[in-house]
This record gives sequence, C-alpha cells and structure tokens, in this order.
Amino acid sequence: MSLDSKIPQGPLAEKWSKHKFNLKLVNPANKRKYNVIVVGTGLAGASAAASLAELGYNVTAFCFQDSPRRAHSIAAQGGINAAKNYRNDGDSIYRLFYDTIKGGDYRAREANVYRLAEVSVNIIDQCVAQGVPFAREYGGLLDNRSFGGAQVSRTFYARGQTGQQLLLGAYSALNRQIHEGKVKMYTRTEMLDVVVADGQAKGIVTRNLKTGAIETHSAHAVLLCTGGYSNVFYLSTNAIGSNVTAAWRAHKRGAYFANPCYTQIHPTCIPVSGDHQSKLTLMSESLRNDGRVWAPKTAETAQRLRKGEIKIDQIKEEDRDYFLERKYPSFGNLVPRDVASRNAKEMADEGKGVGSSGLAVYLDFADAIKRLGEDTVRAKYGNLFDMYLQITDENPYKQPMRIYPAVHYTMGGLWVDYNLSTNIPGLYCLGEANFSDHGANRLGASALMQGLADGYFVIPYTLGDYLATIGPKAIDATHPAFAQTKKDVEERIAKLLSLKGNKTVIEYHRELGHIMWEYCGMARSEEGLIKARGLIQALKDDFWVNAIVVGENEEINASLERAGRVADFIELGALMVEDALARRESCGGHFRVESQTEEGEALRHDDEFAYVAAWQYTGENQPEVLHKEDLVYENVKLTQRSYK
Amino acid sequence: MSANGNMNLTLKVWRQKNSQTAGKFETYKAENISPDMSFLEMLDVVNESLIHAKQEPINFDHDCREGICGMCSLYINGRPHGPKRAITTCQLHMRSFKDGETITIEPWRAAAFPVIKDLAVDRSAFDRIQQAGGYISVNTGGVPDANEIPIPKVIADEAFNSATCIGCGACVAACKNGSAMLFTSAKISQLGMLPQGQPERYRRVQSMVSQMDAEGFGSCTNTGACEAECPKEITLTNIARMNFDFFSAKLFREEEIGEVNHGG
Repeated sequence: MSLDSKIPQGPLAEKWSKHKFNLKLVNPANKRKYNVIVVGTGLAGASAAASLAELGYNVTAFCFQDSPRRAHSIAAQGGINAAKNYRNDGDSIYRLFYDTIKGGDYRAREANVYRLAEVSVNIIDQCVAQGVPFAREYGGLLDNRSFGGAQVSRTFYARGQTGQQLLLGAYSALNRQIHEGKVKMYTRTEMLDVVVADGQAKGIVTRNLKTGAIETHSAHAVLLCTGGYSNVFYLSTNAIGSNVTAAWRAHKRGAYFANPCYTQIHPTCIPVSGDHQSKLTLMSESLRNDGRVWAPKTAETAQRLRKGEIKIDQIKEEDRDYFLERKYPSFGNLVPRDVASRNAKEMADEGKGVGSSGLAVYLDFADAIKRLGEDTVRAKYGNLFDMYLQITDENPYKQPMRIYPAVHYTMGGLWVDYNLSTNIPGLYCLGEANFSDHGANRLGASALMQGLADGYFVIPYTLGDYLATIGPKAIDATHPAFAQTKKDVEERIAKLLSLKGNKTVIEYHRELGHIMWEYCGMARSEEGLIKARGLIQALKDDFWVNAIVVGENEEINASLERAGRVADFIELGALMVEDALARRESCGGHFRVESQTEEGEALRHDDEFAYVAAWQYTGENQPEVLHKEDLVYENVKLTQRSYK
Repeated sequence: MSANGNMNLTLKVWRQKNSQTAGKFETYKAENISPDMSFLEMLDVVNESLIHAKQEPINFDHDCREGICGMCSLYINGRPHGPKRAITTCQLHMRSFKDGETITIEPWRAAAFPVIKDLAVDRSAFDRIQQAGGYISVNTGGVPDANEIPIPKVIADEAFNSATCIGCGACVAACKNGSAMLFTSAKISQLGMLPQGQPERYRRVQSMVSQMDAEGFGSCTNTGACEAECPKEITLTNIARMNFDFFSAKLFREEEIGEVNHGG
C-alpha cells in the first residue's frame, strides 16, 4: 500500500480553505443516518464527539475512566498556543507555523502544521464562549505568557490548570450532546480491538470494566482519540491508566504506526525518589519563564552538596553554572524541551547533578521572588509550588526546586493523512494518538492546541467527505468480522487469565521501563538499541509464561486490565527500538549519540532521513515493514536548529 | 514491588465484591513502607504482595496521581482524602502517618454513590447533574472573537476558583446528609458569574438542582464539612450563590426560563 498524505495542492496559506471547499458534504437530513464511534474523551475525543453530534451525526463515545472528565488531558498545566497576536509582539499564523516546524526539528508536514496554526485562533474563541476561565488582565482582556521555543508571548493559560479547564469546556459541550441524546456515552469501557470488514473500519470490540462483558459496536467510522504511549517507559508523567492498547490493536489490524521512536522527555519534572515510584510529576514549562536552571560549576561542589557537607545557599553565585543561559544566550531558559533535557542529563553525566541520586538540577526562583515579590510568584505558579511541596516536603519559595527530565509526551502515533484518516478507510486518529503535527519534538503548549484543533475544527470537515462517499446505508453487524474479532479478544483474555506464574504484571512493566529508558531514552546508540531488542524479546517470551494475572473476567479486574496493556506496551517497545535503530540521525527528541555536532547538539541528515517512518505489522514475531513518506518542504528552509 | 522503607502499618480495608454483596473489613500488614511513598503507592505495595500470593488485590480508583483527575477517593481514618487539608488521596504521602499506626480505609459513603467493588464507588450521578445543564449552549464555530467579551479580572478569577472542582465526590462523602450542593453549586457559580453564562443562568440552576434531587443526594444543613474536606477548597459561597439564583429563578424569572427539562 502506498502512503498518500492527500496534502492539497496550492499555496500553503490556501490549502485548508480550498480543501474544505473540495470536501464532500453530507446533507443535514442524512447526517442522523450515520453512526460514528469516538474512543477516548480527552481534548481530541470530547471535542470531536461534541462537534460531530452538533452537526447531527449519532455518536457513541467510550472512555475507560469512570467519567469522560477524567481523561489525562486534564493534567496539562501550562497553556495553549494561539496566533492571536494580542500582544502586538510580532506573532502571526506564519510565525506559529514556523516555530512549530522548527521546534519539531523539520520532521513534520508543512501543510498539517500550517493548518494547526491557522485554526489555533478559533480554538481560543470557542473555549471562551464555553466559559473557560482563562487568565485575564485588569482591563478584562486575555493574558498571555511565553513558552519554550518561541520569542513571542502567545500562550493562553488558566493558572497552572489549563488542561483541566479546556477539558471541562469540551466535557460540557459533550454533556450537552449527551443530554440531547446525540451522544451515547459508555464509561468504564475499554476498547480492545477494531473491527475491519472488507477493508474498512466498521466497529470496535470493548470490555465493560465493571462486568467483563465483551461487546461489539458498529459504526460508519471509528475515531481513535486515545492519547499517547509514554507509559511504555513505566515511569512517565502520564496517568497510570494511559495506554497504547487501542492504537496498538488498530496497528495489528493494519494501521501503520508512524515515528514510534519520537518521544518527548520533559526537562522539568520532580526527580525519582525511590523504587516505589509509580509515576512522575511534571512541573510546567511555564516555570522556566521565571525560574533559572543551574547546577554547581564543578563536580566536586556537587558531590559535597549531595553528601550534605555544604548547603545550597553556601554555593556562591560565581560557583553556579546557569548552563542554559550560558550556552543559549538568546533563548536562555526557554530553549525547547529536547535541548533543555539533554543539557540537564549532560550535567548529571558530568557528575554535577544534585539531590541524593545526583539525577537532578536546580530550578531557582530566588531572582524572580526578589524582582516580582512572593505574592506575584504565588499568583502565577501557586498550585505548582504547592504540588512540589506536597511531593518533596521542600518549600520552593525558600530553596530551589530539584528537577530532572522525564518522559512526558509521544510525538509518534498512528499514521494519518491530511484528513486524519489512517491507511484503513473509516479509521481516524486524532490528538496525541496520531503522529501528525509535532515532528520529532513538540513545543510547549502545542498539545492542547492540536487535540482541540483535530476535534473541533478538522474532523468535522474531513469525516463528512468519507461518510458522503460510503453513503448512509446501515452497517452490517452480522458480517463475520465482528464475531471473529470478538472471539480473538475473548481468546486473548482467556490466555492472560491463564497466566499463573511468579512475576506480577507491574514487575514486567517496570522492567520494560528500565530497558526503554536506558537504551531508547534521552540518548540512543546502535549498540544499546541492539541490546534492547534482545532484552525486550526475552521479556515478552517470559511474560507469556511467568506473569501472574489473578481473578476472573466477569468482574472488575485491575490485574487483567493492566496485563493486557503491558503486553501491548512490550510489543510497542520492540517497534520503538526498531524505529530508533533505522533512524541513524539525531532529530528533536531522538538523539543518536553517533550523530551529533561538535557542540553536542542533535545532527540531522536531511538527505537520508527527511521522511515519516510508517511501520506495517506483518504478523506475530515477524519483522515490521518500513514505508517512507517523504517530507517535502516548499516554504521553510531546512537549517540546523539554533537557539543560541 | 520492592519496599525498602522503615514504616510498618496495619490496614483495615473495606472489601466488597460488588454492589449486591455485603462487605466487611479485612486486615492487612503494610511493611517496609517509605515515608516518601504516596498513600496509593503504599497500597500498590500491599497489592503486589497479594498478587504474589495469588489473591485478589484491593480495588480502588486512581489515575493521574497528581491531584487533578478526581478519580481517586478513599475515606482514610474517617476523613475523605485523609488527614491533610486541600489535597487528594494520591497527593497524600506516608510521612503524614506514624510507624506502627493502624489505618482504616473505606469507600465514599453515600446512598447516591453505590459501591461497585471494594473501595471504588459509582459517581455517575455527578455526570448526570452536569448533563442536565452544566454548560453554555454554543456549537462549535460561529462564536465571537475571544477578546470581544471583556471580563473583569476579579470575576474571571472567582469563576476560575469555582471551576477548579475535580468532581471527586469528597464533599458528598464528608456530608452527614450526603448532599451534592457544593459540587453542583461550583459549576452553577462558574457559569453564572461569567457574561457568557447569563442567557441560561436561571434555567441552568433549575435543571441542575432538579437532577441533583432526582439522584437522591441529601439536603444542605450548612455544617460546612464539604468545604473543610474539599481538596480544591471550593467555598460555601458557591452554595449561597446557587441558592440565590435558585430562589430568584423560582420567584421572579419563570417567564425567562421556559420549560425546564427535569432530567431523568
């Protein structure tokens, strides 16, 4: 199968408008004859489900949580970008497009990113109309803050809880449609497979997490809005339940998985405190607006600090290395995430890390508190400071925060064309679950933008074209593919429940996480990746013999739920390693030690690797097949990224 | 899971197979617990040892583990989300307990939140209250520019304070009447304070209050336990605003409300 990205012809700024005009429409009276399944109710899923229902389609939506409001979008802190140029500081759609392409290290599609920047302005309007309480100035107009990778102030925010407020906005729109009867909502229900009949996605198989009932649902189209796969690393900033199962099952039914090795390591997370740790907590990138990142200038000082021989405030100003400000004078502490993370790792590798483990650097607010006063700092970041205090028992108003990079977001995901369609007709993928807009590195405050862009302003147009093409004829749920897929799901569950070995699923998950972090984390080498390949295969073989899964299917069974998700993460981990091996260049969050500049920055090889890597599943324990979609840059000149 | 701390605790945990079966307390040991563990990580340790013994782990709701999704619950030593103010269970750390302590862990207790297994309860009544009117009726697209609606900063900030509710249900669990007034009033206040929320203000309060009553939540008797236990410090002022709007709607605004859908 060839990869047709369906990028419209014509000048960049006109592509989306022209495309919208060229897309087929569904007659208003016919819309109610179509059923659409939306899996996941985060920003992408809730906004898509609500918007499609408003248009008149019958929507069935699913989430594994007990309420659609709990999807992990809720935890996004910092903000959402939009090219409103309310600050009069030189922002524009083109600049947001350019920053995002550059931030992604020239590995994203121009047309997709331009459209994202274009609709960003509508998102803010929509959210305000819903009653989202964004931060405001005394004049009553919206406030903005700066974020990494940009020199303009274009980030809209709601204290440190922007994701929560945006999601509650989308949730309220979804609730309205549930009330109207246009959305049927299934909570505590997990999608375990997609039904592909005659080459088209026609439904899904789900498990009711309360009763264990395995059910099939049919529809004219299926939208996966199921988030990212950071939890392949076990420790990440994702919620415990965040998983790759929906996307991975779709992959095994034929959907290509694109750029799986592109993962984002966020520079400012609270460091790991011990083996018991179940997840990591992010401290918003917005903190880098006012916080200064530093480490002791010498390894010797750092060591004395770790041993408790000296205290932080005994380190003189001249013995502190504000390494981001030193190395990147023009962007300073606001360099993109991949750059900030790698530099923190470098400090730790050189023995200059702080905290008991040495795997941390400081994020210091002393100057900001002196300059702005504690009250102003509290008003801006109060909830983040409280969160830090709660977790570490240290007061960030009095001493610098300890921070270290942690896995936070995955740019890779199911391959989609410009219409957000996977290569399986009728199967769409939105938000973090797809690969489309962030290239090899996502800029801060762009995830919320993309989730809502896809759900509110892209899919309502592009889905109609497909539905108009296939027509409103009812889906035949008696097609043997439904029964067969359901049977496959039941057999897999039975197999998982038969595992009565000696190692818990969480132990396997933690082991997988160690392998991924060590060999496919912030720095990757051919040698390490080849080693990881063997380790993951061994882990997988062992899992299917020695794992313990307790309980039955016909009840709430957290052990079984986790087992299915971890089994999928193990397989995904193997593909990430293959993707990282095949990409013998560094770009964005993918840093191959063999490919760096003299100054240790990521070195791309555009002549060889300016493509999207889309992987095709070919069977159990068979190597996946790599398909390449060449990235064509008609507007932006590819250069070595510089934030100096 | 390797636990390598120095705290040893006794847990009395409510175990209940499902909503149809009677539950009872079971006693477990939590050993070698680190004070840096979160409360839920301590339960993870206990569950891992149960699984190793091929026994069913303790079922509890949790997800984000950073105090924002509202999924975690737990009544700990007689208080929702445990002994500390203004945090959720997932943000509670073991340093808040003493070595050798006995900790009692129960699910939320309220008629409108039936237990579904062990410590997990069904909070779908909250969603139905929101569905009854917790929104501004705007479709996607066709809305004015965001800065065409100036909102005084103090109003925006106050609306935000109400909007921080995470829907965890601690307010209901804390209330001797099992009342959901704090939860319901938070959304009514948020939208009622903002200019965008004015057109449906009185209709909204009627619909949401009706649904709240239909779900079997109790009435408010102003004891303030909800405010004291709310992890997001939602204030009783919200309830006052809701009552004010509710009475205004009933007494003076019948004509602008029209027919209210009374849920169900």
